[in-house]
Order: sequence, then C-alpha cells, then structure tokens
Amino acid sequence: MGSSLDTFFQQVFNGLVLGSLYALIALGYTMVYGIVNLINFAHGDVLMVGALTAFSAITLTQALAPGIPGWALMLMGMLAAIPVCVLLSLLIERVAYRPLRNAPRLAPLITAIGVSILLQTLAMLIWGRNYLTFPQLLSSEPIAIGPATATVTKLLVIVLSAIIMVALLLLVQYTRLGRAMRATAENARVAALMGVNPNGVIAATFAIGAALAAIAGVMYASLYSVAHFYMGFIPGLKAFTAAVLGGIGNIPGAMLGGVLLGLIEALGAGYIDQISNGVFGSNYQDVFAFIVLCAVLILRPSGLLGERVADRS
Amino acid sequence: MKTWMKSATTAVLAAAALLGCGHKEEAVAPGTAGGTQVGMQSGNVIRIGHVAPLSGGDAHLGKDNENGARLAADEINAAGGVRLGDKIYRVEILGEDDKADPREGTLAAQKLVDAGVVAVVGHLNSGCSIPASKIYNDAGVVQISPSTTAAKYTDQGFKTAFRVVANDNQQGSAMASYAINDFKAKSVAIIDDRTAYGQGLAEVVERVLKDHAVSVVAREYTNNKASDFNAILTKIRARQPDVIVYGGMDDTAGPMAKQMRQLGIKAPLLAGDGTCSPEFIKLAGDGADMLTCSRAGEAVEKLPKGAQFMAKYKAKFGTDVQIYAPYAYDAVYLVVDAIRRAGSLDRAAIAAAVAKTDYDGLTGHISFDGKGDIKNGAISMFHVQGGQLNYLSTTR
Repeated sequence: MGSSLDTFFQQVFNGLVLGSLYALIALGYTMVYGIVNLINFAHGDVLMVGALTAFSAITLTQALAPGIPGWALMLMGMLAAIPVCVLLSLLIERVAYRPLRNAPRLAPLITAIGVSILLQTLAMLIWGRNYLTFPQLLSSEPIAIGPATATVTKLLVIVLSAIIMVALLLLVQYTRLGRAMRATAENARVAALMGVNPNGVIAATFAIGAALAAIAGVMYASLYSVAHFYMGFIPGLKAFTAAVLGGIGNIPGAMLGGVLLGLIEALGAGYIDQISNGVFGSNYQDVFAFIVLCAVLILRPSGLLGERVADRS
Repeated sequence: MKTWMKSATTAVLAAAALLGCGHKEEAVAPGTAGGTQVGMQSGNVIRIGHVAPLSGGDAHLGKDNENGARLAADEINAAGGVRLGDKIYRVEILGEDDKADPREGTLAAQKLVDAGVVAVVGHLNSGCSIPASKIYNDAGVVQISPSTTAAKYTDQGFKTAFRVVANDNQQGSAMASYAINDFKAKSVAIIDDRTAYGQGLAEVVERVLKDHAVSVVAREYTNNKASDFNAILTKIRARQPDVIVYGGMDDTAGPMAKQMRQLGIKAPLLAGDGTCSPEFIKLAGDGADMLTCSRAGEAVEKLPKGAQFMAKYKAKFGTDVQIYAPYAYDAVYLVVDAIRRAGSLDRAAIAAAVAKTDYDGLTGHISFDGKGDIKNGAISMFHVQGGQLNYLSTTR
C-alpha cells in the first residue's frame, strides 16, 4: 500500500509539470500586458499553431526519413514551430494591435478575441477538425524520482522550462534589450526620449512570448499526445489566470503564478474530496483553480507579487 | 506602407472567408448527398437525417457513422432506389454536426425536423440522443440510434426512439461480470466523464460490482474535454485497485491509458464501447494494451457479411471502420425497409413500421421490443494486443 506521503510527492511532481507549462505560457501574457496593457487572448492559439506546426513537421520528416531518433525529431519540431509562431505573432502585432495602440482599452481587447477565433478557424481549415495524435517521440517508461514516478517527457518539461525562465530573467535584467523592455514597460514615451525604439521593443516582446508559446505547445502536445485546433483555449485561459495570480506584468510573478496554479490544480484534484468530505469530486479540478483566482483577486487584487503595468500618464 | 498593410489584411481576411465557405460545403456532403445516380434524376427524394459529432474529440467516430450511412444510401440508390407505387425515389442523407454537445444536438434535431426528413439515424452520443429524442418524438420523426447505449434513451417512453445496439444495463453487467470472472477483481476504481453515457455506464457497473461484494476503492470524475488525468490516477494508484473501470469515450481514454502507463500503474483498464476503436490505440501509444473494452453489439468482423463490409468501407473511404459504421449502415437499410413495408412517406406510418421491424442486416437479426431497444442484443468483449483489437467473447 503506497504511503500517503508518496502520493503527495507524486501529486506535487504532477503539479510541477503542469505548472512549468503554465508558467511558460503565462510569461507571454504578462510581458505583453506589462508593455502595452493588452491581454493578448490570441496567445493560447499561438501555442496551438506551434504544436500543430511541429506535428506537421515531425510527421512529414517521419514519412520521408524514418530512422531519425525521437529526441532529434522533437528538437526539429521546436525549431520549426518557433519561427512560425514568432512570425505569426509579429504579424498579429503589426496588423491587429499596433493600429489600436492609442485606442480605448476595449478595442484591442475585442480585436484580440477576434484574432483568437480567426487563428482557431484557420487551424481547423488547415489541419482538420479531428484530434490529431501527436507522435510519441520520447520513451514513456516510468522513471522513479524518489517516491514519484516520472517520464522523460515530464522531466524535460520541468528542466526546459526552468532553463528558459532563468534565461529570460537574465535577458531582462542584464542585456540591453532587457533594459529597453523594462524602460518601455515603465514609460514608453520617456523611453523613446532615451533612444529606445518602442515599436522594436514591443515587437521583440511579442516575439519572445511567441517563442515560449511555441516551445510550450510542442511540450504540451508531447505530454498529452493530442493536438487539435481548439487545444490552445484552456491552457491559454489557465495561463492567463496564472499570470494574474502572480501579478500581471510581473515576470517573476508569472513564473510563480504558473507553478503555483499547477500545484493547486494537481493537489486540489487529488485531495478535494477529502477536503470537502465527499461533496465535491475530482471533476471540480478546473473550478478549484478559478476559485483560488477569485480569492486572490478579492484579497490581493494586484496578485501575489504585485502588478507592474505601463505608466499611461 | 500603411495602404499596403491594409490591402494585405483585406486579402488575407477575404481568402480566409472564401476558404471557410468552400470547406463547409465539403464537410457537409462528401458523399454527394446520398448518391445522385445517372438516370435517376426523378426529383423524388427520401430524406433521411444523420446527426453525429463531426468536430471535436469524437469527430472520427461521427464521420465513421456518417460514412456508414452514406454507404448504405449509395448502395440503395445504385440498386435502383426505393419504389413506392409508381414512383422511384432516391435516398438522400442530410448530415448534421452536433459536436457531441447536447445543445448543438437539439439544434441539429430541430433543423432536420424542419427540413422534412422522414427518419433520423442518430445521434452518436447518449448525451445528445436523449434531449434530441424529445424533439423527434414531438414531430413524430422516427429516430434510430446506431450507438447510443444509455438506458435512459428508451426509458422515456417515446414511440419514436429506437436503437440497434444493446443498452448500458446490459453492457455494464457484461463489463462487471468480466471484471469479476475474468480479472478476478476484488477491488476496483471507477472513473467516469460525467456525460450521460459515461456516468450511466459507470453507475451500472458500480451497482453490479457492489452486488457481488467487490469493493470500490476509488470513485473519481473527469469531463469529456480533459487531457490531464495524472492527479486522479495518482490517487487511484495509491489505493491499488485490481481493475480500473472507465465510463467515457476514446479521446479521453487514450490519454488516460497512456498516463496510467507513465505512472507505472499495472491494473488493467476496463471500459465501454466508446473506447473500443482503432483511434484509442493511436492515442494511447504505449498504454494501449492496458485496455479491455466492450462493444454494444456483435463483433462485426466475425459476422458472415462483416469482412465484406469492412473491405467495401475501406475501398470507398480510405480509412478503417472505427466502431459504429456497420450499425449506421443497417439503420439506413432498416428505415428503407420500413418505408417499403409502410408503402408511404408519412412519418407516423414509417415510425409504426419501424416498430414492427423484422430484418436481417449486416449486424445480425434486428427487431425491437416495446421500449425501442433491440431484442437479443449482444455485448462483445475485446482486448488490445499488439496494436490491434482482439476479439474475446460475446454475451447476450
């Protein structure tokens, strides 16, 4: 009989895997919001495009050259997905968001929703309406990590996300681009006076977010082995929740919020019926996460680490 | 620069809109509306509706059903259509997409009723058939479902609701018996996806197991759109059941089996007809051979005309049969048989004729009891091995 501590560790591990993905996606939301005060609802769909592009690239390669090992295919899938997502995101920014830079807040918000729907429909036309089976690239053999059972893919998600988050923090803190991003986030006009090109910085922000979404998309599809045109909606929503949880506009906040949300979901689903004495079952897993969000917003509206938004004066 | 951007945007949007329009036509009528044969442009049409999910997680199953129905219609038309009196009619299938969503199901049902169909083959999901059956009953349109197994569908007392597959009372009992007799299970964990089908099936299995003193060590729930089951599987793993029972469809069961394998769970997965498809094997990857599943009918491959049907289907549509295409095929033939016996296209007459069906179809002998359930329905058990569904046994 497995001990309850073993189960707890397993749930924590599950939560870390989920949370790492949420954190990667949440970073895209939070960076964009920090700089242009826009909730990019299309971000979840950029993830979807990344996953489906990788799917196409990988299945094509498998058909043409069957002997290539799984890890190489996954790398190739990511390398194919990243430029596609970056270009897509830059195009969206240029065509849909930039003209509305000085419009009232509602206009870019509605536009973002519109772009989201457009991307989903285009994806449905290109890749069809069926659920596509994402090829299994890495072994699913269970690996024991202490008392928890993991697989190569799950470990990869955690490790890769951690590396990327550290790299992003270094980028934002110690490079010229990072400084320019922080300056534009604080006050775009003054930053422009200081020689920063705000349009370039904003484009770079979208591009970085899109690259992260592409990687997250490929990881998400590998983890669950499915990809379809609607797959970006729920992760996008959860990641947005995570970004708000951690403090919107705040990069460490998005990381914390993502990991925390993953843990809350995993532990919540695992223990909710014990906590509620059988009233709520594990099908309330999603609801649990949103209830926590409501609680945070009521008790600490600026999020756990405080929000950082552009000064619009 | 700005004008170029504007024209480019307009061009992209226009292209998307046109592409959208084009594809919609393609999706709705790939079988060219039931087969317009040369020399039969008489304009006399029998419209039979077909509803199934054509998008979302069950799209492959919905398309499978629709293909089966269209195959039947094409064959009937090629064989000379339906003669009523001195007129020859061709059969046309009006296909609708209910997205496996009960709300869309009722919309599709109303749409078909208004379009003047004489019968409907559908829906696929119990969660859609049940609310739609009220609409068909009110309009007097006979509804034959090729895949709905929830007992509630025929418990409502509607004289227009029929099914050509066995129901979940039978299926749940068969699954529970298999767990007790073949797996020798003393403890089980039960998961369902909270849909009318999944919940109904799981409840029957739970009841029968408890009656036989098998302990249910975990009772978990999910939904039909979920993809992450690690939390509930981790909880179940700690309780170490002999068997894990799942009530749900293959698009959730596949990832679930895979995650079971990844978490190192050794207990087999026992599930119902919604999971018993080649698509499950694809989605489950390494975890596919954990599944033992039941189907709410005979193993079509074993029936006399089964292999021939499989070959015909593959030749026409290029894919393998998923689960219910043979039943949708029989349902269309059944409707046409009823029309011939009724001698008219009146909805009430057809419904009455369907109730008196005594027909030998591809899936076996079909006749209905007073509630609309098929008489002498069979449940067949399968096990996944080596990337294939292997037939185990049939119970009646």
